[in-house]
Amino acid sequence: MSSVAFSLVISVVMVVVVLLMLRSGKLREKYAILWLVVGGLTIVLGLFPGLLDLAASLAGIKVPANLLFALSIVLLVGVGLHVSRELTVLEEESRTLAEEVAILRQSVESLRNSVAMAPSASHDANRPVHPAPQTIPKEVDRDH
Amino acid sequence: MPAWNEAEAIGDTIRQVNAVVPEHDILVVDDGSRDETARIAADAGAAVLRLPFNLGVGGAMRAGFKYALRNGYSRVIQVDADGQHDPHDIDRVLAGLAEADISIGARFAGRGTYDAKGPRRWAMVALAKVISAVARSKLTDVTSGFRAANQRALYQYMDHFPAEYLGDTIDSLVVAIKSGCRVVQVPVEMKARQAGTPSHSPWKATVYLARSGLVLCFALARPRSKPQSAASLPKSGDIAGERGATL
Repeated sequence: MSSVAFSLVISVVMVVVVLLMLRSGKLREKYAILWLVVGGLTIVLGLFPGLLDLAASLAGIKVPANLLFALSIVLLVGVGLHVSRELTVLEEESRTLAEEVAILRQSVESLRNSVAMAPSASHDANRPVHPAPQTIPKEVDRDH
Repeated sequence: MPAWNEAEAIGDTIRQVNAVVPEHDILVVDDGSRDETARIAADAGAAVLRLPFNLGVGGAMRAGFKYALRNGYSRVIQVDADGQHDPHDIDRVLAGLAEADISIGARFAGRGTYDAKGPRRWAMVALAKVISAVARSKLTDVTSGFRAANQRALYQYMDHFPAEYLGDTIDSLVVAIKSGCRVVQVPVEMKARQAGTPSHSPWKATVYLARSGLVLCFALARPRSKPQSAASLPKSGDIAGERGATL
Protein backbone atom coordinates (compact mmCIF):
# COMPACT_ATOMS: atom_id res chain seq x y z
CA MET A 1 0.00 0.00 0.00
CA SER A 2 2.89 2.33 0.75
CA SER A 3 4.06 2.14 -2.89
CA VAL A 4 0.61 3.27 -4.02
CA ALA A 5 0.75 6.17 -1.61
CA PHE A 6 4.21 6.99 -2.88
CA SER A 7 3.10 7.08 -6.52
CA LEU A 8 0.13 9.20 -5.50
CA VAL A 9 2.44 11.72 -3.85
CA ILE A 10 4.74 11.71 -6.90
CA SER A 11 1.89 12.37 -9.33
CA VAL A 12 0.42 15.12 -7.17
CA VAL A 13 3.87 16.76 -7.00
CA MET A 14 4.15 16.45 -10.79
CA VAL A 15 0.79 18.11 -11.41
CA VAL A 16 1.69 20.90 -8.99
CA VAL A 17 5.08 21.43 -10.70
CA VAL A 18 3.41 21.57 -14.13
CA LEU A 19 0.87 24.09 -12.86
CA LEU A 20 3.63 26.23 -11.32
CA MET A 21 5.61 26.16 -14.56
CA LEU A 22 2.48 27.11 -16.49
CA ARG A 23 1.88 29.98 -14.10
CA SER A 24 5.39 31.36 -14.48
CA GLY A 25 5.32 30.95 -18.25
CA LYS A 26 8.02 28.26 -18.38
CA LEU A 27 5.79 25.78 -20.16
CA ARG A 28 3.41 26.39 -23.03
CA GLU A 29 -0.16 25.26 -22.67
CA LYS A 30 0.00 22.89 -25.61
CA TYR A 31 2.74 20.87 -23.90
CA ALA A 32 1.36 21.31 -20.39
CA ILE A 33 -1.96 19.70 -21.24
CA LEU A 34 -0.26 16.39 -22.04
CA TRP A 35 1.52 16.32 -18.69
CA LEU A 36 -1.60 17.38 -16.80
CA VAL A 37 -3.56 14.53 -18.39
CA VAL A 38 -0.80 12.04 -17.52
CA GLY A 39 -0.59 13.37 -13.96
CA GLY A 40 -4.36 13.31 -13.59
CA LEU A 41 -4.59 9.69 -14.73
CA THR A 42 -1.81 8.71 -12.32
CA ILE A 43 -3.67 10.37 -9.46
CA VAL A 44 -6.85 8.48 -10.36
CA LEU A 45 -4.87 5.23 -10.43
CA GLY A 46 -3.28 6.08 -7.09
CA LEU A 47 -6.67 6.75 -5.51
CA PHE A 48 -8.29 3.62 -7.01
CA PRO A 49 -5.57 0.98 -7.49
CA GLY A 50 -8.28 -1.54 -8.34
CA LEU A 51 -8.77 0.16 -11.71
CA LEU A 52 -5.34 -0.99 -12.87
CA ASP A 53 -6.08 -4.64 -11.94
CA LEU A 54 -9.39 -4.40 -13.78
CA ALA A 55 -7.79 -2.90 -16.90
CA ALA A 56 -5.03 -5.50 -16.86
CA SER A 57 -7.44 -8.40 -16.62
CA LEU A 58 -9.54 -6.92 -19.42
CA ALA A 59 -6.42 -6.66 -21.59
CA GLY A 60 -5.32 -10.17 -20.62
CA ILE A 61 -2.17 -9.08 -18.79
CA LYS A 62 -1.28 -11.22 -15.77
CA VAL A 63 0.87 -8.73 -13.85
CA PRO A 64 -0.97 -5.38 -13.71
CA ALA A 65 2.27 -3.42 -13.36
CA ASN A 66 3.27 -4.59 -16.85
CA LEU A 67 0.30 -2.75 -18.31
CA LEU A 68 1.55 0.38 -16.58
CA PHE A 69 5.08 -0.11 -17.89
CA ALA A 70 3.95 -0.82 -21.43
CA LEU A 71 1.76 2.26 -21.49
CA SER A 72 4.54 4.43 -20.07
CA ILE A 73 6.99 3.24 -22.73
CA VAL A 74 4.52 3.99 -25.52
CA LEU A 75 3.87 7.40 -24.02
CA LEU A 76 7.57 8.26 -23.65
CA VAL A 77 8.42 7.16 -27.20
CA GLY A 78 5.56 9.29 -28.45
CA VAL A 79 6.73 12.29 -26.45
CA GLY A 80 10.32 11.83 -27.69
CA LEU A 81 9.15 11.72 -31.30
CA HIS A 82 7.03 14.79 -30.84
CA VAL A 83 9.93 16.71 -29.31
CA SER A 84 12.19 15.74 -32.25
CA ARG A 85 9.56 16.99 -34.65
CA GLU A 86 9.20 20.30 -32.84
CA LEU A 87 12.98 20.62 -32.82
CA THR A 88 13.12 20.13 -36.59
CA VAL A 89 10.51 22.83 -37.08
CA LEU A 90 12.43 25.17 -34.78
CA GLU A 91 15.74 24.52 -36.54
CA GLU A 92 14.17 25.29 -39.91
CA GLU A 93 12.71 28.47 -38.47
CA SER A 94 16.00 29.60 -37.00
CA ARG A 95 17.72 28.80 -40.30
CA THR A 96 15.24 31.01 -42.12
CA LEU A 97 15.80 33.77 -39.58
CA ALA A 98 19.58 33.47 -39.97
CA GLU A 99 19.19 33.89 -43.73
CA GLU A 100 16.99 36.93 -43.26
CA VAL A 101 19.38 38.48 -40.75
CA ALA A 102 22.32 37.96 -43.09
CA ILE A 103 20.50 39.46 -46.07
CA LEU A 104 19.22 42.41 -44.03
CA ARG A 105 22.66 43.06 -42.58
CA GLN A 106 24.17 43.06 -46.04
CA SER A 107 21.56 45.44 -47.41
CA VAL A 108 21.88 47.79 -44.43
CA GLU A 109 25.65 47.85 -44.81
CA SER A 110 25.51 48.57 -48.53
CA LEU A 111 22.88 51.26 -47.94
CA ARG A 112 25.05 52.82 -45.26
CA ASN A 113 28.04 52.73 -47.56
CA SER A 114 26.16 54.37 -50.40
CA VAL A 115 24.92 57.07 -48.02
CA ALA A 116 28.47 57.64 -46.79
CA MET A 117 29.70 57.86 -50.40
CA ALA A 118 27.22 60.59 -51.29
CA PRO A 119 26.74 62.80 -48.23
CA SER A 120 25.88 65.85 -50.32
CA ALA A 121 22.91 64.13 -51.90
CA SER A 122 20.77 65.14 -48.92
CA HIS A 123 21.71 68.21 -46.91
CA ASP A 124 20.45 66.75 -43.64
CA ALA A 125 22.51 63.56 -43.82
CA ASN A 126 23.95 64.25 -40.37
CA ARG A 127 20.55 64.21 -38.77
CA PRO A 128 20.02 60.98 -36.86
CA VAL A 129 17.79 58.64 -38.78
CA HIS A 130 14.46 58.26 -37.09
CA PRO A 131 13.21 54.74 -36.77
CA ALA A 132 10.23 53.90 -38.89
CA PRO A 133 6.92 54.18 -37.04
CA GLN A 134 6.49 51.01 -35.08
CA THR A 135 3.56 48.82 -35.82
CA ILE A 136 2.65 46.37 -33.15
CA PRO A 137 2.73 42.90 -34.65
CA LYS A 138 -0.46 41.00 -34.29
CA GLU A 139 -0.28 37.93 -32.14
CA VAL A 140 -0.37 35.00 -34.51
CA ASP A 141 -1.71 31.69 -33.33
CA ARG A 142 0.87 29.22 -34.52
CA ASP A 143 -0.60 26.03 -33.11
CA HIS A 144 -0.70 23.44 -35.81
CA MET B 1 30.73 31.24 -52.74
CA PRO B 2 30.06 29.54 -49.42
CA ALA B 3 32.92 30.01 -46.95
CA TRP B 4 33.52 28.74 -43.46
CA ASN B 5 36.81 29.70 -41.84
CA GLU B 6 38.44 30.21 -45.23
CA ALA B 7 40.43 33.32 -44.33
CA GLU B 8 43.61 31.82 -45.78
CA ALA B 9 42.26 31.20 -49.25
CA ILE B 10 39.23 33.40 -49.80
CA GLY B 11 41.04 36.60 -50.73
CA ASP B 12 43.06 34.98 -53.50
CA THR B 13 40.07 33.05 -54.77
CA ILE B 14 37.97 36.19 -55.10
CA ARG B 15 40.77 38.09 -56.83
CA GLN B 16 41.31 35.22 -59.29
CA VAL B 17 37.61 35.01 -60.13
CA ASN B 18 37.43 38.77 -60.52
CA ALA B 19 40.44 38.75 -62.80
CA VAL B 20 39.03 36.03 -65.06
CA VAL B 21 35.32 36.92 -65.14
CA PRO B 22 34.99 40.55 -63.97
CA GLU B 23 31.48 40.81 -65.42
CA HIS B 24 30.02 38.52 -62.74
CA ASP B 25 29.10 39.71 -59.24
CA ILE B 26 30.62 37.72 -56.41
CA LEU B 27 28.67 36.96 -53.24
CA VAL B 28 30.48 35.29 -50.35
CA VAL B 29 28.24 33.64 -47.77
CA ASP B 30 30.22 33.60 -44.55
CA ASP B 31 28.81 30.59 -42.73
CA GLY B 32 29.46 31.72 -39.17
CA SER B 33 33.24 31.85 -39.51
CA ARG B 34 35.31 32.52 -36.42
CA ASP B 35 38.15 34.06 -38.41
CA GLU B 36 38.52 37.03 -40.68
CA THR B 37 36.75 35.47 -43.68
CA ALA B 38 34.03 38.11 -43.95
CA ARG B 39 36.35 41.09 -43.68
CA ILE B 40 38.88 39.68 -46.15
CA ALA B 41 36.12 38.85 -48.62
CA ALA B 42 34.64 42.35 -48.37
CA ASP B 43 38.10 43.91 -48.81
CA ALA B 44 38.65 41.75 -51.89
CA GLY B 45 35.54 43.29 -53.40
CA ALA B 46 32.81 40.70 -52.88
CA ALA B 47 29.37 41.25 -51.42
CA VAL B 48 29.23 39.34 -48.13
CA LEU B 49 26.32 37.70 -46.36
CA ARG B 50 27.27 36.94 -42.77
CA LEU B 51 25.24 34.17 -41.22
CA PRO B 52 25.09 34.57 -37.45
CA PHE B 53 25.98 30.92 -36.84
CA ASN B 54 27.21 27.94 -38.79
CA LEU B 55 24.47 26.34 -40.90
CA GLY B 56 26.52 24.07 -43.16
CA VAL B 57 27.08 24.42 -46.89
CA GLY B 58 23.39 23.86 -47.67
CA GLY B 59 22.36 26.61 -45.29
CA ALA B 60 24.89 29.03 -46.72
CA MET B 61 23.82 28.21 -50.27
CA ARG B 62 20.11 28.73 -49.68
CA ALA B 63 20.86 32.09 -48.08
CA GLY B 64 22.84 32.99 -51.19
CA PHE B 65 20.06 31.81 -53.51
CA LYS B 66 17.54 33.88 -51.61
CA TYR B 67 19.80 36.91 -51.93
CA ALA B 68 20.10 36.23 -55.67
CA LEU B 69 16.33 36.05 -56.17
CA ARG B 70 15.67 39.17 -54.11
CA ASN B 71 18.29 41.09 -56.06
CA GLY B 72 16.97 40.01 -59.42
CA TYR B 73 19.75 37.75 -60.61
CA SER B 74 18.71 35.21 -63.22
CA ARG B 75 21.72 32.87 -63.07
CA VAL B 76 23.81 31.73 -60.13
CA ILE B 77 26.94 29.63 -59.93
CA GLN B 78 28.44 28.15 -56.80
CA VAL B 79 32.24 28.21 -56.59
CA ASP B 80 34.37 26.79 -53.80
CA ALA B 81 36.07 29.36 -51.58
CA ASP B 82 39.25 27.32 -51.29
CA GLY B 83 40.23 27.80 -54.92
CA GLN B 84 39.56 24.25 -56.11
CA HIS B 85 37.45 25.42 -59.01
CA ASP B 86 39.15 27.01 -61.98
CA PRO B 87 37.57 30.43 -62.67
CA HIS B 88 38.10 29.80 -66.40
CA ASP B 89 35.44 27.09 -66.16
CA ILE B 90 32.78 29.41 -64.71
CA ASP B 91 31.46 30.57 -68.07
CA ARG B 92 31.61 27.03 -69.46
CA VAL B 93 29.46 25.70 -66.62
CA LEU B 94 27.07 28.66 -66.93
CA ALA B 95 26.77 27.91 -70.66
CA GLY B 96 25.22 24.58 -69.68
CA LEU B 97 22.16 26.49 -68.48
CA ALA B 98 21.25 27.13 -72.11
CA GLU B 99 19.80 23.63 -72.29
CA ALA B 100 18.99 22.85 -68.65
CA ASP B 101 18.00 24.36 -65.31
CA ILE B 102 20.99 23.02 -63.38
CA SER B 103 24.49 22.69 -64.79
CA ILE B 104 27.13 20.71 -62.88
CA GLY B 105 30.86 21.11 -63.33
CA ALA B 106 31.92 17.47 -63.21
CA ARG B 107 35.32 16.14 -62.25
CA PHE B 108 35.37 12.67 -63.78
CA ALA B 109 34.14 13.57 -67.22
CA GLY B 110 37.34 13.26 -69.19
CA ARG B 111 39.14 16.46 -68.32
CA GLY B 112 41.48 17.05 -65.44
CA THR B 113 43.32 14.68 -63.16
CA TYR B 114 41.14 14.61 -60.07
CA ASP B 115 40.96 11.08 -58.73
CA ALA B 116 39.47 9.38 -55.70
CA LYS B 117 40.12 5.84 -54.56
CA GLY B 118 38.51 3.04 -52.57
CA PRO B 119 35.08 3.32 -50.96
CA ARG B 120 34.80 7.03 -51.70
CA ARG B 121 35.26 6.33 -55.41
CA TRP B 122 32.67 3.51 -55.32
CA ALA B 123 30.23 5.77 -53.55
CA MET B 124 30.67 8.51 -56.14
CA VAL B 125 30.25 6.08 -59.03
CA ALA B 126 27.16 4.43 -57.52
CA LEU B 127 25.54 7.78 -56.70
CA ALA B 128 26.24 9.02 -60.20
CA LYS B 129 24.68 5.89 -61.75
CA VAL B 130 21.47 6.13 -59.71
CA ILE B 131 21.01 9.86 -60.18
CA SER B 132 21.80 9.64 -63.90
CA ALA B 133 18.98 7.12 -64.20
CA VAL B 134 16.59 9.44 -62.36
CA ALA B 135 17.67 12.45 -64.40
CA ARG B 136 17.75 10.57 -67.74
CA SER B 137 20.99 12.41 -68.45
CA LYS B 138 24.56 11.22 -68.05
CA LEU B 139 26.02 12.56 -64.82
CA THR B 140 29.36 11.39 -63.50
CA ASP B 141 29.94 13.68 -60.54
CA VAL B 142 26.85 14.46 -58.53
CA THR B 143 28.68 15.61 -55.40
CA SER B 144 30.47 18.41 -57.18
CA GLY B 145 29.99 21.78 -55.51
CA PHE B 146 30.65 23.56 -58.81
CA ARG B 147 27.15 24.01 -60.12
CA ALA B 148 25.03 26.65 -61.73
CA ALA B 149 21.29 27.24 -61.53
CA ASN B 150 18.80 29.36 -63.41
CA GLN B 151 15.79 31.09 -61.92
CA ARG B 152 13.55 28.06 -62.17
CA ALA B 153 16.06 25.96 -60.22
CA LEU B 154 16.46 28.77 -57.68
CA TYR B 155 12.75 28.77 -56.95
CA GLN B 156 12.91 25.00 -56.60
CA TYR B 157 15.83 25.39 -54.17
CA MET B 158 13.78 27.81 -52.07
CA ASP B 159 11.41 24.94 -51.46
CA HIS B 160 13.95 22.23 -50.83
CA PHE B 161 17.60 22.74 -50.03
CA PRO B 162 18.49 20.88 -46.82
CA ALA B 163 21.26 22.17 -44.59
CA GLU B 164 22.25 18.63 -43.61
CA TYR B 165 25.27 16.67 -44.75
CA LEU B 166 25.15 16.15 -48.55
CA GLY B 167 21.79 17.92 -48.61
CA ASP B 168 23.27 20.64 -50.78
CA THR B 169 24.43 18.18 -53.42
CA ILE B 170 22.57 14.87 -53.59
CA ASP B 171 19.31 15.60 -51.82
CA SER B 172 18.57 18.96 -53.44
CA LEU B 173 19.56 17.60 -56.85
CA VAL B 174 17.32 14.53 -56.68
CA VAL B 175 14.29 16.50 -55.52
CA ALA B 176 14.92 19.17 -58.16
CA ILE B 177 15.02 16.48 -60.86
CA LYS B 178 11.82 14.91 -59.53
CA SER B 179 10.17 18.32 -59.59
CA GLY B 180 10.97 18.72 -63.25
CA CYS B 181 14.31 20.53 -63.44
CA ARG B 182 16.65 19.39 -66.21
CA VAL B 183 20.30 18.77 -65.39
CA VAL B 184 23.42 18.70 -67.57
CA GLN B 185 27.06 18.34 -66.73
CA VAL B 186 30.08 20.14 -68.08
CA PRO B 187 33.54 18.56 -67.71
CA VAL B 188 35.88 20.69 -65.61
CA GLU B 189 39.33 20.46 -64.13
CA MET B 190 39.95 20.48 -60.42
CA LYS B 191 42.90 22.27 -58.94
CA ALA B 192 44.69 21.31 -55.75
CA ARG B 193 43.29 22.99 -52.67
CA GLN B 194 44.96 26.23 -51.79
CA ALA B 195 44.71 25.61 -48.07
CA GLY B 196 43.59 22.81 -45.81
CA THR B 197 44.04 19.09 -46.32
CA PRO B 198 41.51 16.75 -47.90
CA SER B 199 40.57 13.69 -45.87
CA HIS B 200 41.85 10.40 -47.25
CA SER B 201 41.40 7.88 -44.45
CA PRO B 202 39.65 4.68 -45.60
CA TRP B 203 37.43 4.66 -42.51
CA LYS B 204 36.12 8.13 -43.32
CA ALA B 205 35.58 7.04 -46.90
CA THR B 206 33.50 4.07 -45.74
CA VAL B 207 31.40 6.28 -43.48
CA TYR B 208 30.96 8.56 -46.47
CA LEU B 209 29.74 5.62 -48.57
CA ALA B 210 27.16 4.67 -45.95
CA ARG B 211 25.94 8.19 -45.30
CA SER B 212 25.69 9.16 -48.95
CA GLY B 213 23.70 5.98 -49.64
CA LEU B 214 21.32 6.83 -46.82
CA VAL B 215 20.92 10.43 -48.03
CA LEU B 216 20.21 9.13 -51.53
CA CYS B 217 17.51 6.76 -50.26
CA PHE B 218 15.84 9.54 -48.28
CA ALA B 219 16.05 11.88 -51.26
CA LEU B 220 14.54 9.29 -53.63
CA ALA B 221 11.69 8.72 -51.18
CA ARG B 222 10.84 12.41 -50.88
CA PRO B 223 7.78 13.79 -52.62
CA ARG B 224 8.29 16.25 -55.44
CA SER B 225 7.98 19.90 -54.53
CA LYS B 226 4.51 21.31 -54.75
CA PRO B 227 4.06 24.35 -56.92
CA GLN B 228 4.11 27.28 -54.55
CA SER B 229 1.84 30.26 -54.62
CA ALA B 230 3.47 33.30 -56.15
CA ALA B 231 2.73 35.37 -53.05
CA SER B 232 4.94 33.22 -50.84
CA LEU B 233 8.02 33.34 -53.07
CA PRO B 234 10.80 35.89 -52.66
CA LYS B 235 10.54 38.57 -55.32
CA SER B 236 13.18 40.61 -56.98
CA GLY B 237 13.62 43.83 -55.04
CA ASP B 238 12.38 42.43 -51.73
CA ILE B 239 14.64 43.26 -48.84
CA ALA B 240 12.82 41.12 -46.35
CA GLY B 241 9.72 39.00 -46.26
CA GLU B 242 9.30 35.35 -45.91
CA ARG B 243 7.41 32.47 -47.34
CA GLY B 244 4.67 31.10 -45.11
CA ALA B 245 5.85 30.56 -41.59
CA THR B 246 4.37 27.10 -41.38
CA LEU B 247 6.25 24.13 -42.71
